[in-house]
Amino acid sequence: MHEWALAEAVIKTASQIAEKEGLDNVSEVNIRLGELQQVDIEIFKFALSQLKAPKLEKAQFNIRRDEAKLRCRVCSYEWTFSSVELDEEAREAVHFVPEIAHAFMKCPQCGSPDFEVVSGRGVWIESVKGVKRHG
Amino acid sequence: MVDPRIPLISERLREIRRVIAVSSGKGGVGKSLVASVLALTLAKKGYKVGFFDTDFTSPSSHIILGVSNIQPEEMNGIVPPTVHGLKYMSIIYYAGDRASPLRGAEFSNALIELLAVTVWGELDFLIIDMPPGISDATLDVLRLIKKAEFLVVTTSSRLAFETVRKFIDLLLELNVPVLGVIENMKMTNSDFIRKETEEKGIKFWGEIPFDKNLEESIGDVERLLNIEFGKALERMIGEKIDLN
Repeated sequence: MHEWALAEAVIKTASQIAEKEGLDNVSEVNIRLGELQQVDIEIFKFALSQLKAPKLEKAQFNIRRDEAKLRCRVCSYEWTFSSVELDEEAREAVHFVPEIAHAFMKCPQCGSPDFEVVSGRGVWIESVKGVKRHG
Repeated sequence: MVDPRIPLISERLREIRRVIAVSSGKGGVGKSLVASVLALTLAKKGYKVGFFDTDFTSPSSHIILGVSNIQPEEMNGIVPPTVHGLKYMSIIYYAGDRASPLRGAEFSNALIELLAVTVWGELDFLIIDMPPGISDATLDVLRLIKKAEFLVVTTSSRLAFETVRKFIDLLLELNVPVLGVIENMKMTNSDFIRKETEEKGIKFWGEIPFDKNLEESIGDVERLLNIEFGKALERMIGEKIDLN
């Protein structure tokens, strides 16, 4: 996913969570970032700093990388995304739409494109912490 | 844990007045051709139109539009390139001409990703070319695009309509707006589809006769709009869509 779109999504969602949980000031947003997204962390952090919403001005964004692991549905072989060599075109495509991995990758053992992403797909907001509103 | 892409989708669709999903329960009835010509005709009338091919495993609208060698622009997301006056989005920018074998959950993830990342801006119409069937794509569009209206395409075949009928019943049961039904590739005088449609209280948009010139017009937009197929659809759009 594009870094700026991702940052916009995180800010919007974290603001909604803060509102729902009655937080006045958010101190911490914990994010899990799938490796398959191939997000440039520096651009992502910069985008977060530029897009900050009112309640998130002092928030610390903690980003945890989640390694991408794949499992073949045909022969059950498991491998990691980082062990696969993809050319620039494929990496770029997977960055924007991670499911496109199915167009570029096959099981290293049996050659099937029918594999599942066991971990390392998507971006998740794990928690939003802060000071509760009084009254 | 929260998927932050979902709240972004409504923001991305905020400036779009109407979303029309061109769909059918059945494959091979001409959805992509109807969707393409609908989008092109509305653009020709001066409306701001987006066109999104969501048939990720079998995209074909790029062939109909004669699209090649274009890519979206990156600007706070993905800005679709303009093709024949349409802001055009398709999985082909990423998959090229490779097969993309996706299971249901993977299809949903790809759809959510593209809906969250695509910056359409202000549009009068977003036309969605839907994959066939009553499964993930339909359920996801119903879940994620609350303002979607459905335009249903069928052929005259009772076999096609058997599935299309169930598809319409599902939409009606869910109180989803059904704009109408188009009977494509008409070769007989039967009024079976018209009667069945009207009995359900849905607008019958009309018939498009089987057009021998259609195949050779694929990829040539001007020609496509000027053969009987394009003209028949243009008449229907003028009569059936409330453009105000």
